[in-house]
Amino acid sequence: MNLSLLVLMPLITAIVVLFSRREGGARWVSLTGVTVQLLLSFGLLILYWKERAAGSMGMLFEYRHVWFKPLNIWYHVGVDGISVAMILLTAVVMVAAVLVSWRVQSWDKEFFVLLLFLSAGAYGFFLSLDLFTLFFFLEISVIPKFLLIGIWGSGKKEYSAMKLALMLMGGSALVFVGLLGVYYNTGGAAGPYTFDWPVIAQVHLPVEAQRRFFPLLFVGFGIFTALFPFHTWVPDGHSSAPTAASMFLAGISMKLGGYGCLRVAVSLMPIAAREYSPVIILLATIAIVYGAFATMMQKDLKYINAYSSISHCGFILLGIGMLTRTAVMGAVMQMISHGLMTALFFAAIGMIYDRTHTRLVERLGGLLKIMPFISTIFVIAGLCSLGLPGLSGFVAEVTVFMGSWQRTGEAYRIATILACASIVITAVYILRATGQSIMGPVKDQQYYGLADATWNEKLAAVILGAGIIAIGVAPFWLSDLLNIK
Amino acid sequence: MPNYAYIILIPLLPLAAFVVLGLFGRKYLRGISGVIGTGAVLISVVLSLWVAYGYFFSVGKVDGVYQPVIAWKAVWLSFSPGLSIDMSIILDPISVMMIVVVSFVSFMVHLFSLGYMKGEERFGTYYAFLGLFTFSMLGLVLSGNIFEIYIFWELVGCSSFLLIGYYFDRPTAVAAAKKAFIVTRFADLGFLIGILILSLHAETLDFRTLIQRFTEPSPQLAGITSASFLGISLLSWGLTLVFIGGAGKSALFPLHIWLPDAMEGPTPVSALIHAATMVVAGVYLVARLYPVYALSDPAVLQVILFVGAISALLAAVIACTQTDIKRVLAYSTMSQIGYMMFALGTFHSGEEGALGYTAGMFHLFTHAFFKALLFLCAGVIIHKVHSNEMRDMGGLRRSMPLTHGCFLIACLAIAGIPPFSGFFSKEEILLAAYRANKFVYVIGLLTSCLTAFYMFRLYFSVFWWREGGVSAGDHGEGPASMKIPLVVLAAGALLAGFVPFSRLVTFDGAAMDTPGVGVFAIAPVMLAILGILLAGYLYRKESDRPRKAAGVFGVLYKLAYHKFYIDEIYSFVTKKIIFNLIGRPAAWIDRNIVDGLMNSLAGVTARISAGIKGFQSGRVQDYVLYFFAGIAVLAVLFIYIYT
Repeated sequence: MNLSLLVLMPLITAIVVLFSRREGGARWVSLTGVTVQLLLSFGLLILYWKERAAGSMGMLFEYRHVWFKPLNIWYHVGVDGISVAMILLTAVVMVAAVLVSWRVQSWDKEFFVLLLFLSAGAYGFFLSLDLFTLFFFLEISVIPKFLLIGIWGSGKKEYSAMKLALMLMGGSALVFVGLLGVYYNTGGAAGPYTFDWPVIAQVHLPVEAQRRFFPLLFVGFGIFTALFPFHTWVPDGHSSAPTAASMFLAGISMKLGGYGCLRVAVSLMPIAAREYSPVIILLATIAIVYGAFATMMQKDLKYINAYSSISHCGFILLGIGMLTRTAVMGAVMQMISHGLMTALFFAAIGMIYDRTHTRLVERLGGLLKIMPFISTIFVIAGLCSLGLPGLSGFVAEVTVFMGSWQRTGEAYRIATILACASIVITAVYILRATGQSIMGPVKDQQYYGLADATWNEKLAAVILGAGIIAIGVAPFWLSDLLNIK
Repeated sequence: MPNYAYIILIPLLPLAAFVVLGLFGRKYLRGISGVIGTGAVLISVVLSLWVAYGYFFSVGKVDGVYQPVIAWKAVWLSFSPGLSIDMSIILDPISVMMIVVVSFVSFMVHLFSLGYMKGEERFGTYYAFLGLFTFSMLGLVLSGNIFEIYIFWELVGCSSFLLIGYYFDRPTAVAAAKKAFIVTRFADLGFLIGILILSLHAETLDFRTLIQRFTEPSPQLAGITSASFLGISLLSWGLTLVFIGGAGKSALFPLHIWLPDAMEGPTPVSALIHAATMVVAGVYLVARLYPVYALSDPAVLQVILFVGAISALLAAVIACTQTDIKRVLAYSTMSQIGYMMFALGTFHSGEEGALGYTAGMFHLFTHAFFKALLFLCAGVIIHKVHSNEMRDMGGLRRSMPLTHGCFLIACLAIAGIPPFSGFFSKEEILLAAYRANKFVYVIGLLTSCLTAFYMFRLYFSVFWWREGGVSAGDHGEGPASMKIPLVVLAAGALLAGFVPFSRLVTFDGAAMDTPGVGVFAIAPVMLAILGILLAGYLYRKESDRPRKAAGVFGVLYKLAYHKFYIDEIYSFVTKKIIFNLIGRPAAWIDRNIVDGLMNSLAGVTARISAGIKGFQSGRVQDYVLYFFAGIAVLAVLFIYIYT
């Protein structure tokens, strides 16, 4: 399969959207494009399984083309199980994101074009095997966010857009320096300097260089995944963003960081990763527990989900930091699970906000009576968030717990227990939010008569929910797919 | 080995009902959703009975000993070689006994609800949730893997949450549902960590392998007993933490606070979940791991013994003072579960040392019948008088003869009057306690007397107390769908004691002779009769005797009436400490300190740029000035360097 198709498809769609004339044409074109992309991703999954079943090892469907010869920069793509899973996640979230944006009022063309651009960046990022290409795609997926929040956002959107863009740019800058550091340590006896991931994975970077550049790369990517204390863009950014952008931001963008930490920082610099792992674990544990406590006090549904994302993304970093096979697998599962769950959550919150024009928990109430479908998906997302078995969150969390517990050492055990303890706090804030806004008596008489979800919203929820349940009920296919060594 | 694969249908049928009704119950199938749910569970009951018959009477025994059988198994999530969550079905005497109890009581409740919940707007949803619960509970009892049981454990917790909060527009119901979930979640945290500890050392999650490795000399057992934390071996930690999970679900002191509030749910739900099945899951969990508790760590068993005994007594004392009929029953449930728990705690080596195991399971079995019956009777009563308060009742024996009779049978059973079922199981427990620990035996006797008192206090207040009773808007005792379950369960409460339990469910699987009750039964029965007489004296006719009696006990009465202020203590800890001292500061620090730091970084950058942007003034004169100044500086530098 030609992987470049996955990057080109969103771009082609974006161009067609630009030239679409008819009223509402943009959304139909976008929907067609993302649906084709979803089918392509499923196709990739099936082909991938076939290849693996046939015994192929390493990266599959590789393709290289020289990009800038003097610096030995290549366009190099290829996939393993993790990237296939991430691509599938992106495709699913994109379909849902387009569906919930069905009624974007102003500048709808530009909105969809930017969203598609974002996704092209994400696909390219997950496919790249050349670190420069990878960085290129990472950057592509930052700029459109600024515009999406700044133009279509709500609340203090300029501030949030600026904050998010600056912090992510700062992260990218660290990543870039780190990548240069890697690049200039690949030369010598092994040949010319290179950005090529498979080659670097073979050469074993000098320990000194690992020690120096690992923190840059890990923190740089970590900022995307809400690494404490660089997580503060998350609440503001997510809350001000329009629904689809929140979904993409929390669902996919935050995973770019986790993927980068794993693919670049940890796998290329294993010695430094082991040395720094106590620090990573410490920061991750703080994020998990402190994020959960901070969530407890939030009053705005989007802030609740944003803060809980900090806590949940802590599991990703914890799993990566623990470095056991099971824990890393749990981290990747958490990326997928959190991506689907948080997208569903933001979709539900967006639907509620569209109707009631408030996201404040204290002003909502009794929504289950008025909009049963939306309330149900809110509850399902909440239950997934608090780790109910049968939904994906449970699978990811227990895998992280089991993996973390395998790391010997009392301090690691305590970190694991603290992380486990967060499931209680999660239950507290999820149930508080649900109890006040979904259950209880109807607070405002004006809410009577509000409509339940429309077909496009239902479809979006069903697609995301299906993913959550598919992992939650039958996790074996995902663990087979990831198969981390 | 016979093919048991069809057993998987027993839990899957209610699951199918849940899925179908959950998706279509609200719109399309509302009218027939009750029939669908009830029908699915009926098939489960039949299959369960068939399995039980086959297991107990034809194929379960090998050489006179009941063998555990893995009927079905599939890897669900594999962590590392040997360590995987499997979906497996284990058949042994306790799991077979439990599927019969669960599916049977569930069926009765499904049937009862056809009448009781008729006309509810969310009728389909109600049956969907009941199906989910029944599935989860059946899955729980059939689990052959310790993580699998945790999965179903959480699922029953969730269905309990959904059903307690069924009347979601009542704030009290929502609060109760949240409380139940969070308190049990807190306990489940213990369970989860316990699983982590045990599984790491056992290198397996499979119950049978785990039990084998921890009861016979093995490197795994040596590893976990030699490793210690805070001076206590990891085995004890693991087992205690698992027990905490069980104590939360089974509402044992001090994690019982959610159970009385859970009565906010529909009454049939209380009968099913909060009386007969889910709340005994903790007892079942300890029983499932019993060999490890009994043979490898008797110290933890002592903890179980005393937690059980304290819960039994404390709940009985509180039950004597409550006025809400369902809350009295809730406390009585807690008390009876305490009984079962301390029965399990009485293990000692030597002949019939494991009598407590059989007795506890036996009591679980009989309790399911009479407690479900009590709740369903309470449902009929509440249906009629539209109130939960005992003071709104009284004199109902004439207008509801059937309910009266059934309620009386259940009360006699729970009070332990021969030949009703509770008598047999309670005698066995007391006998086991007598042999193991005299102090706990005395607590058991005292509780037994109190049980008879508060149950008959309830009985007399509801059915006697004053004459007449409610007559306005009388709609009898409900339709046949409500009456049949009462009669069937009453028959169960009457006859369940005659099941030769000690021949079927024993610690080692071999049949045990029923210990002679005889003379030993005199004391408990006399005490129970004393309790009944006292209740009759106080509550048979309207008088101010109860008030005077309460006055006699003074402070103790007040303490018990306020449930020993345990709720208030919890509320202080959560509201004042966790919310105000941890949550609020965390949120504040995040907005003001961590984010403030990030913003000030941006601020510094902005200030620097503001400071230097003056250079770009756009005036040619300025640029010329900078140009020459620059040249001057460079010139000085060059001169400095080259000389």
